[in-house]
Amino acid sequence: MPSYSFTVNGRKVAVDAPADLPTLWALRDKLGVTGPKYGCGIDVCKACTSHLDGEAFNPCVTPVSEVEGREVTTIEGLADGDNLHPVQEAWLEQDVAQCGYCQPGQIMAAVALLNKTSKPTDDEIDEIENVCRCGTYFRIREAIKSAAEKM
Amino acid sequence: MANPATDRPTRGRHHTVQPRLRDRIVDRRKFLIYLGAGSTLTVATKLGLDVLAPGSASAVPTPSLPQPADLRDLGDILILSGKPTEALLFTVEVTEDGRVRAELPRMEVGQGLTTAVAMLVAEELDLQLDQVDMPLAPARPELLMNQLTGGSNSIRSVYGPVRAAAAAARTRLCEAAANRWGVAVDGLRTEAGRVVGADGRTAGYGELTRLAATLPIGELVTKPKSPSEFKLVGTPQQRVDARAMVTGAFKYTLDLDIKGATPAMVRRPPTINGTVEAVNNEDEVRAMPGVLDIAVIDTGVAVVAETFGQALDAKDALDVTWGAGTVDDVSDEDIFKKLRQATVPLVPPVSLPNQLDFEFDWAPINHAPMETNSAVADVRNGRAEIWGGMKSPIVAQQQIAKELGLPPGKVVCHVVQSGGSFGRRLFWDGPLEAARISKATGRVIKLMWSRIDDMRHGRARPAAHHRFRATIGPDTVLRLEHHTAFVETDWTHGLGEILTATSAELPAGNFGFAQTVFMLTVKSPYNFGVVEQVLNEVPLKMHTGAWRSVYSVSSRCGEEIVVDEVAAKLGKDPYEFRRAFLKTDAQRAVLDKVAKEGDWGRSMDDGFAQGIAFHEEYKSRTACLVEIDARDPHDPRVTKAVIAGDYGLPINPRGLKAQLLGGLTDAISVTLRAGLHIDKGLPLEGSYSQFHYARQVDSPTDVQIFILPGESEPGGAGELGVPAAAGAIANAYARATGIAPRSFPINFPVDFEPFPR
Ligand code: FES
Ligand code: FES
Repeated sequence: MPSYSFTVNGRKVAVDAPADLPTLWALRDKLGVTGPKYGCGIDVCKACTSHLDGEAFNPCVTPVSEVEGREVTTIEGLADGDNLHPVQEAWLEQDVAQCGYCQPGQIMAAVALLNKTSKPTDDEIDEIENVCRCGTYFRIREAIKSAAEKM
Repeated sequence: MANPATDRPTRGRHHTVQPRLRDRIVDRRKFLIYLGAGSTLTVATKLGLDVLAPGSASAVPTPSLPQPADLRDLGDILILSGKPTEALLFTVEVTEDGRVRAELPRMEVGQGLTTAVAMLVAEELDLQLDQVDMPLAPARPELLMNQLTGGSNSIRSVYGPVRAAAAAARTRLCEAAANRWGVAVDGLRTEAGRVVGADGRTAGYGELTRLAATLPIGELVTKPKSPSEFKLVGTPQQRVDARAMVTGAFKYTLDLDIKGATPAMVRRPPTINGTVEAVNNEDEVRAMPGVLDIAVIDTGVAVVAETFGQALDAKDALDVTWGAGTVDDVSDEDIFKKLRQATVPLVPPVSLPNQLDFEFDWAPINHAPMETNSAVADVRNGRAEIWGGMKSPIVAQQQIAKELGLPPGKVVCHVVQSGGSFGRRLFWDGPLEAARISKATGRVIKLMWSRIDDMRHGRARPAAHHRFRATIGPDTVLRLEHHTAFVETDWTHGLGEILTATSAELPAGNFGFAQTVFMLTVKSPYNFGVVEQVLNEVPLKMHTGAWRSVYSVSSRCGEEIVVDEVAAKLGKDPYEFRRAFLKTDAQRAVLDKVAKEGDWGRSMDDGFAQGIAFHEEYKSRTACLVEIDARDPHDPRVTKAVIAGDYGLPINPRGLKAQLLGGLTDAISVTLRAGLHIDKGLPLEGSYSQFHYARQVDSPTDVQIFILPGESEPGGAGELGVPAAAGAIANAYARATGIAPRSFPINFPVDFEPFPR
């Protein structure tokens, strides 16, 4: 079985896996990185949203062979030790999470958006497709706006 | 061993509790408080004095289902059925580091219970919220019918017991301080986790807990705080688990690190309840990379593999010959035909000139929690250990034991906080299936359902048909008739333990249960003269279950549409009309609040409109005002919502607002776009690309939520928000478009290519 090396949250890792194994399962089942969640497996719910070389990606549809040599950041790698990322802080301030299951993906999507634009409009926020079945959308919107102000 | 704090000898780690160590709580209910075994203070409430003569829990009679007239709502029936055991609910433990630990015999699924109940404990003990630990209790069979999370009943049922236990602990800590300082207990108070003397000296709970556990004192009388003394309760608090959730540290069932647990998935039949006749390529699939095992189980063919990715590929590669399911010939058309036939006819069949008739259809809707059905199971060596989301863990444990042929005492059910429920996790089919796979393969497995399976073979609020007739006089409503038929809602979880679950399984037992729930939840809040509500059910062997606000979403949304149309017929403003016909000032208060804050009646451009509605349930009430942009009637968007909630006594206003926000999003979804099409025995929808639960783009950019203050008893919260919001959205849509909505969701095309079966 081939082996793939890449970085996860700043740590070098290598996994033995078939080339087409979705990165989500390399992370969760082989590396024990459980922050990214399964919600659909077909790039629809966005619960697994993480970053690949700083850009949002969906590991449920990205084969592990594609991340070879690259940098994966999951929700666990967002904070700097105990210092939370401003978006995480904003999530706490707005008390966004209900069941919390979608929130790692929501936060990673929000960070990716704020990396692109420092003052996102409502229309840009509307483009975030991540499903929140608990329906926390309005608090997510408020948290993104409040994080944007602070960043 | 000596206690360094007092130099008094303690009795060792496991002293026996003396019967004389009974404390009495003075409250609207009475509780006897016992000291639990341990070297630090552990108080447990026992049987209430006014409930039953003291005795063992097993001697408690099982209450039969009461008649609707005996009771006022479903919460009351749940409280009543839990009453014989309510005083067993909580054990409060004070540790030597000054923290307090109490297991919650309810399930957290995102509704904020662990936060709200921890607030009640912290309040009684004058602690910071973060000094209270509140893990979820495993299945506790001695609680009988008192470990079910549903019916918006959690806070209502634990409010008395948890405060009783915490208040007893506080009193005992004060007694310990009084004893240590040689002063009278009367002058002592508690503050920030410490007992404070009249002279200002203080002692932390942690220092006092050993002494408090062993004080040779007789009966203590204590009294929980009254709401007017609350300092923490009633203030907005952040969720206790929020930080773990935003850092990814929070562990759901499949994130748990359970030794040896291996991924498992199930290939399911092409129609609901189909059976496995033959697996035609087992050897081939066994040879696929990562595949460890294959087993035929009742619900399909299970594949165990090294990763879920490989399990998924392997289960898709299986070639299975399937036997028929239970509804193979059934499609939407048949379902709605059956429902119309089953709806008790209105008499006379054609309405009179002073009568307005309405018919509404509602599509079934999946619970679709973000975390799909999942569980971890270890069934080996004559015992079973299960981890998963279980809102009725006692009956889950009993039924799993029965299925595995094990005594219930050999089955441990750990309740794991889940990624949503909305009623879904009242059923334990995931944990049961995981147990079957573990037993069949002899392995520790972690089961995950694919989203497609969760959507198609999971549960749903069933389809419904409603008929309303309003008989009006000049300026008034003389009579409201409401006849409805639902595809049978599965109530076989009973009240959470095997006796009532079994009675729901008996012929007609489920129907009786359904009637009871319907009668105890669906009511008109208006003075509409003679009000008649009739439920009938169509038994179809599909997977159904209570979905947030069960019968009320469609029943009350329908009635709120009726109200708007009757008001229009009588030439009245919808808000003023509601105001005039609501029964109480408390009801009018929430309605007035949204009308004022939402600027009811402001002029809007063509294609835009406001809508308003009211709902009352479980002793709480809410009103919702929305604005909609329906310039394109096929793609409407709710742009603004103003909501007010009155919960009698709000514990955590911030959490209550979250529940109303979630209810609003649910209402947007089920009213405008989300539902299931049933086609030849299976839903067509298979993922969120097809099942149109709202996303950010469907959600309003302006939401204002108000929680009204109050000092009575807390009412229900989890389900309240959906029906009023659904009514407001439907009414706004009708005003904006001139199209009277009669079928829900309003826009419901099959706008996708279904996944293969
Ligand atoms: S799990 Fe990756 S998008 Fe849904
Ligand atoms: S918080 Fe539950 S799915 Fe978003």
